[in-house]
Amino acid sequence: MGEYWHDGGCSFHPASGPDYLPLEQLRQLQLHRFQAVVKRSYDHVSLFRERMQKRGMSPEDFRSLDDAKDLPFTVKSDLRDTYPFGLFASPMSDIVRLHASSGTTGKPIVVAYTQEDLRVWSNVMVRSFAACGLDRSDVIQNAYGYGLFTGGLGAHYGAEALGATAIPISGGNTDRQIMLMKDFRATAICCTPSYFLRILERAPELGVDIRALPIKAGVFGAEPWTEEMRKRIEPEAHIKAYDIYGLSEIIGPGVANECQVQEGLHIFEDHFYPEIIDPETLLPVPDGTEGELVLTTLSKQAMPMIRYRTRDITSLETECCPCGRTIRRMRRISRRSDDMFIIRGINVYPSQIETALLAVEGTSPHYQIVLTNDGTMDDVEVHVEVTPEVFGDTIRTMETLQKRLAASIERIINIRVKLRLVEPNSIQRSEGKAKRVLDMRKS
Amino acid sequence: MKIQQLSMFLENKPGHLSEPCRLLAEAGINILTLSVADTQQFGILRLIVRDWEKAKQVLESAGGVVNVTEVVATEVEDRPGGLIKILDIIENAGLNIEYMYAFTFRCDDKAVIVFRFDNPDQAIAALQAQNINVVNGVELYDRSH
Repeated sequence: MGEYWHDGGCSFHPASGPDYLPLEQLRQLQLHRFQAVVKRSYDHVSLFRERMQKRGMSPEDFRSLDDAKDLPFTVKSDLRDTYPFGLFASPMSDIVRLHASSGTTGKPIVVAYTQEDLRVWSNVMVRSFAACGLDRSDVIQNAYGYGLFTGGLGAHYGAEALGATAIPISGGNTDRQIMLMKDFRATAICCTPSYFLRILERAPELGVDIRALPIKAGVFGAEPWTEEMRKRIEPEAHIKAYDIYGLSEIIGPGVANECQVQEGLHIFEDHFYPEIIDPETLLPVPDGTEGELVLTTLSKQAMPMIRYRTRDITSLETECCPCGRTIRRMRRISRRSDDMFIIRGINVYPSQIETALLAVEGTSPHYQIVLTNDGTMDDVEVHVEVTPEVFGDTIRTMETLQKRLAASIERIINIRVKLRLVEPNSIQRSEGKAKRVLDMRKS
Repeated sequence: MKIQQLSMFLENKPGHLSEPCRLLAEAGINILTLSVADTQQFGILRLIVRDWEKAKQVLESAGGVVNVTEVVATEVEDRPGGLIKILDIIENAGLNIEYMYAFTFRCDDKAVIVFRFDNPDQAIAALQAQNINVVNGVELYDRSH
């Protein structure tokens, strides 16, 4: 990572150099790499070549970054349709790692890495951790799942390359997580935000006060989470909670990360070129406007991705970040277009409901949205756990709370919902991504 | 003079009422009186026990959400009109009763009724000014058993 024997302890991490490239140099680098990856894909990936030929385009036509909008997209179903290895641009003998995502419907998504790809991945993970202010003196508890999921090994290689002490604890066994967090004096944790809530909930039951531990940062990702959730976690745990973004199709975690300013995630755009498109028209949107994030890998060899539609909704920040990084920020992903569910013709995202619930003081962050339809109309019932903070001993107090929560939700999504208060711990806790929506509608 | 009453949130499902009662029984805690307020979806279980701090701990350790509320108990003459006498005093004093229920025992020939007022101290003053005997129901229970 360009670290020399004397680099440890400097608050600026040398690996973060490209984060601060002057824009002229950054764009030159991006164009040069983009052209190379278009050529590589054209030469080695038949699906891409066919699509280019259908448009009457060849790699030489790509002469400026503005030409990106004329290139064909890649979508998730392309990876399913070419399962397992149809999008690889390197021979298997050059591929040193395979990962796969769970693929809840049908076949998993398979991704591949050469040695060089793994170095790039480590590099962006080092820069992600450095952006959070972590360095070789940190002890990083990695509770992302190890295995085919890119989260575990991605964060792991990054933590080691950073020079920190990596604890490859993986997910699950909450009691042990808390014990080792304390005994190993972890200073940072990597996991999903919903799993960290579980840890926060369990710790006092074991007589552990998270606030009294050395832990000072959480690098949370693999699922969308709201600013309101951050405002709960940070004071409750006395840590800084940073958002990390990534997806296996692009590389894994490490595509973008918040810096200590915590106003948007810096995209490591010397490796991942971002565009925002209107998901209906598929055209680029004006700077700063919200739309679907499209990413092109500028450095990957084994499985280059040209204009991959992430299905995540965000916008690119036009202002310079106070941290000094020139790589652009994207606004935190609070929703994915496929988290969305449709009720009575209206698009609703779980994060809207989360925001509405957490706006009422003392509300539990444990909720679930249950969708039913008896015959014709869609019904939404939001289950929220009762906490000591909101429990009042009269029916009136509880009914008022129910009405307040329901009204808070209705104000945001414009649909009347039923609000059901439930007992603590009755909503299933997740060790990974939280399942917020239970769709029990019969078609 | 005020009594510490525990209240607990319960979902309206089979077994959810018996669970806390079983826990208290196993901890050797006797319920002196109780009431269950219900809606279609949830209920609030209100309990008066002797060692309320221990009872609260037992219920919370099992994951329950428990509140402690100060309630006021008075003697009520055990005859027609006995309760109305108390209620009139309360109404004339401009006090609001959130809920009420009774202890299961009698003391002499007085019943003992538990009231939840918004302002228990104000209620006690108003009742005592009209010579109503505000009692510590827990002590009375012990005395009569």
